[in-house]
Amino acid sequence: MEIPYTISTRPDTGLWNAKIGIWLFLASEVMLFGGLFSAYIFLRIDSPPGMWPHGLLNVPVGTMNTAILILSSVTVVLAWAALKMRRYRAYWWYMLATILCGVIFLTVKLAYEWPEKFKHFGVYIKPDALGKYEEYLGNEHAAAKGLPPRLEITGHLHNPAALNDPKIKEYEVALDPLNAEPTNAAMDRPHFWPRHATDKIATIEKEDVRYATMFLPKHSAYFASYFTITGLHGLHVLGGVLVFIYMWLPVSKKLYQRNPEHLANRVEVSGLFWHFVDLVWIFVFPLFYLL
Amino acid sequence: MNNPPDVSPDPSEHEEYAHNVQKHVRGYLMVGATLLVFTAVTVALSYVDFGAPKANVAVAMLVATFKAGLVAAIFMHLAAEKRLIYRILIFTGFFVLGLFWLTFLAWYDYPVLR
Repeated sequence: MEIPYTISTRPDTGLWNAKIGIWLFLASEVMLFGGLFSAYIFLRIDSPPGMWPHGLLNVPVGTMNTAILILSSVTVVLAWAALKMRRYRAYWWYMLATILCGVIFLTVKLAYEWPEKFKHFGVYIKPDALGKYEEYLGNEHAAAKGLPPRLEITGHLHNPAALNDPKIKEYEVALDPLNAEPTNAAMDRPHFWPRHATDKIATIEKEDVRYATMFLPKHSAYFASYFTITGLHGLHVLGGVLVFIYMWLPVSKKLYQRNPEHLANRVEVSGLFWHFVDLVWIFVFPLFYLL
Repeated sequence: MNNPPDVSPDPSEHEEYAHNVQKHVRGYLMVGATLLVFTAVTVALSYVDFGAPKANVAVAMLVATFKAGLVAAIFMHLAAEKRLIYRILIFTGFFVLGLFWLTFLAWYDYPVLR
C-alpha cells in the first residue's frame, strides 16, 4: 500500500504527514529537555555557596564543537535546498559534510572531553579542616574579594590506589592552577584557555576529606546534570547521524530517481530534528561551559 | 523570509524555481555566519563582569535565545509555517512554561539551604 500524503498536502491539515509527525515529536522533545533544564535550574539555585563549580570544562573545545554543530545545521539546510533544485551531487556532498560534522562532534565529546573529566580528581574538605588547607584554598583571599567559599581541591590524583585502598591514608594531588596559587587574583575568574594541572603536589589526609572522587556524575550536581544532558544530547546527535547516513547511501538515490520531492521532504523533516538538536546545544553550551 | 514552494515545479518553470531557492540559500549562509559570530559574542561576554553572576546568566541566556530564535525562524522555517504547526507549538510553549513555573514554586518550598 502506498503511504498517503508524503508529498501532497492533506486537505484537512494543510500539510504533508511527516511534517506534522516531526513537529509533534519535537514538541515531546521540548518537554524532555525542558524537564532536564528545569532540574538544572533547581539544582543550581539550590546549591550551597561554593558547591557549583566554574571553569572546569574546556571552553575552546566547547566553542569549536558549537561551531561544528552550527556548520552542520547550515550544510543540512543546503542539502535540502540542493534537492529542491534537483542537484543530487551537491546534495550528496552537503549530506556527507553534515554527517562528518556530527561524527566530529561526537568524537570530540566521547574521545576527548568526557575522558579528560574522568581523569580529573577533586576532594571536598571537611568544614572544620578547611583552615588546615588554606594555602591551597585561599579562602581569606576569596572572602576579601567577595568570591564564594572554596571547599574543594582539584587536580590530578598522583596515587590512584588511594581511592580504593583504606591502608593509604592520604591523597597526593598535582594541583590545578587555582589551588596552586589560590591568592593570585588572575585565578579569581575562569579563563578561556584551560590551565592544566601544575607540578605542585599537595598531600591531603583522608580524615580531613568529606568526599573525594574523579569528575564523574557522582562528583556533584553540576557534573551529574552535565553528563546527563550532554549524554542525552549526544544520543540525539548519534540518532541524527544514523538517519543522515541512511539518506546519503545509494538507497536514497533510488528514491530520488523515483520521486525526488519525497526524498527532499525526508531530508526536510530529519533536518528539522537536526536543527532542534543544534538549538538545544545553543543553551547547553553557555549553561555548562561559560556560566 | 518565505520558504520555497512545497510542490515540485513544472519542468518548464524549473529554472525560475531553482533561482528562487538559490536566493534562500544566500539567506541560510548569512544566518549561519550570524550564528557563528554570536557564538563568539557569547564566549566573550561570559568573561565580562556585569556586576553579579545573575546578570551574566541573564545576558548569556538573552544571546542564546536570539540564536535559538534564528535557528527556529529560518532553518526550521517557522517564520512562515502552516497554522497547525503554530498551534502545536503554542500548546508546547504553554506546558513547558508550566513546567518551569513548577520548578519556581518548588524553590519556595525548600528553604533549608538558603
